[in-house]
Amino acid sequence: MLSAHIEKEFRTAGKTSFQLKISEEFSPGFTVLFGPSGAGKSTLLDCIAGLVKPDKGIIKFGGEVFFDADERFSLPPQMRGIGYVFQSLALFPHLSVEDNVAYGLSGVPVAERNERMRTILDIFHAQRLLGRKPGELSGGEKQRVALARSVITVPRVLLLDEPLTGLDGRLRQSILEDLRSWNAEHRIPILYVTHNREEVDAIGDRVVAMVDGRVRARGMPQEVLDAPRAVELAQAAGFENLLVGRVLEHRVEDGVMRVAMDGNDCELEVPLGPQKPGDIVRVAIRAGDILLATELPYGLSARNILPGTVESIETRGTIVSLQVNAGVRFVAHVTPGAMRSLELEAGSVVWLVVKTHSCHVVTPR
Amino acid sequence: MSGQAILLSLRLAFTVAALLLVIALPLAYWLSFTAWRGKFLLESVVALPLVLPPTVLGFYALIALGPRGLLGRTWQAMFGHPLAFTFTGLVLASMLYSFPFAVQPLVASFESLDRRLLDASSMLGAGRARSFFRIVLPLAWPGVITAVVLSFAHTLGEFGVVLMVGGNLAGITRTVSIDIYDRVEALDYAGAHATALFLLVISFAVLSVVYGVNRRVWSPWSNR
Repeated sequence: MLSAHIEKEFRTAGKTSFQLKISEEFSPGFTVLFGPSGAGKSTLLDCIAGLVKPDKGIIKFGGEVFFDADERFSLPPQMRGIGYVFQSLALFPHLSVEDNVAYGLSGVPVAERNERMRTILDIFHAQRLLGRKPGELSGGEKQRVALARSVITVPRVLLLDEPLTGLDGRLRQSILEDLRSWNAEHRIPILYVTHNREEVDAIGDRVVAMVDGRVRARGMPQEVLDAPRAVELAQAAGFENLLVGRVLEHRVEDGVMRVAMDGNDCELEVPLGPQKPGDIVRVAIRAGDILLATELPYGLSARNILPGTVESIETRGTIVSLQVNAGVRFVAHVTPGAMRSLELEAGSVVWLVVKTHSCHVVTPR
Repeated sequence: MSGQAILLSLRLAFTVAALLLVIALPLAYWLSFTAWRGKFLLESVVALPLVLPPTVLGFYALIALGPRGLLGRTWQAMFGHPLAFTFTGLVLASMLYSFPFAVQPLVASFESLDRRLLDASSMLGAGRARSFFRIVLPLAWPGVITAVVLSFAHTLGEFGVVLMVGGNLAGITRTVSIDIYDRVEALDYAGAHATALFLLVISFAVLSVVYGVNRRVWSPWSNR
């Protein structure tokens, strides 16, 4: 168990520009640190690694103290037994893949060293890269080598700062599998930083959501990210629609409240929340949660049915993204197949159908 | 051309370049990585020889090395002979004179290193010494070559400091540039020409090495 209860202030021009304030425990297995950039995720990793010293607090691994501000104690990074894969990966450019991976094995007897090299290169499918220099590797190969280099030292904690950004889904999945199979044996805490929603789903373990240097939510991905409570989280979690509105009235018996969208007569029914009538709120809706109909649908449980006009259509791979003006502008996603059968084009009149529970009320800052 | 003066100049330049490297490496490393707020003061001191006239530098060096200066006095007490107007005195004064040429290229190359590489080295269990020899030095080696070559070349061509501290003793302190000056004074233009040309050729060769090294070395690693 790794525990970090720390505070760290960054000042620019005499003023506090950023404050990290974290009190969190990390058990063995994956923990995803999720949040928009600038949330302090990498700074938290740097503090745990010992590369940045917090102002206050304590960091412990099991019974061992890594950092204690009161005691003015900080275990040097090289003594903490932590593996850290940086966002830039930081492979040593002048060393071969073999020397990079073996870098952390100084002092390990030759026989064991060879054995470990074989096992790790096997797990991360990097045997054939041994003689190459980092400059001659592809993005995915570099990421494999960086991971192999960190885990070969058998760290007690593994910190991964967006180690798989820029990879396509399949490759990412395969590297994640490699990592999982390694950790099945070692059972150490792995802190995995990302601001990519897809990666959170791909890992599928506990999420700690950070905004502005604080933890805003923790739990499983569905709980934390499908019902975001902060605007920044909703943006980071990939909610394409973030609409500003004002609470009109509560309908307590229906379990809903009505929200008028900014400056026009478009209204949405959203789940009942703590906000009072008159409060300004933001409503977050996934583009994929909006249904499109070419005729006014009836007999539906969905309570929000809004007329609108298609303004633009953009196809991106398997997603067709439509901008629909229904008083306010909505983004809706459909499949290319649905697109064909609905015969939609710019100027088409459509009905937007949104379930009440697809509308997530988030509070502005 | 004076073989004796050339040999003396080469010996002086080699000695100074070697000693300066030993001193400048740790100092440059410290300057590049310290968070100390007063480091600009030290940087200014290091750069002083760049802006001071060599005669000023030589004057202070002479006073320090002379029998009444602290350094000169201590030296005389320890070894029984004075420092000024000796080869050793010349080495010390030249080190002062060429100091920025050794320190600044090293600082520049250390500062251009990706700090995350050093962090990565620490996270893989390496202490400072191992990080320095396995990561910093190999990646900064064009800076090291530049520092050595520039302090060598700069020492080879010095005049004012040598004149102040070393005087003009054949085989002991009469370096190439002093020799040229002597010959011109004596209207021996042919002799001056030969020695001057030698200095010109050496300087060009040395600078070619510096620029060549800085261009070639980076290319195989240009993966960032």
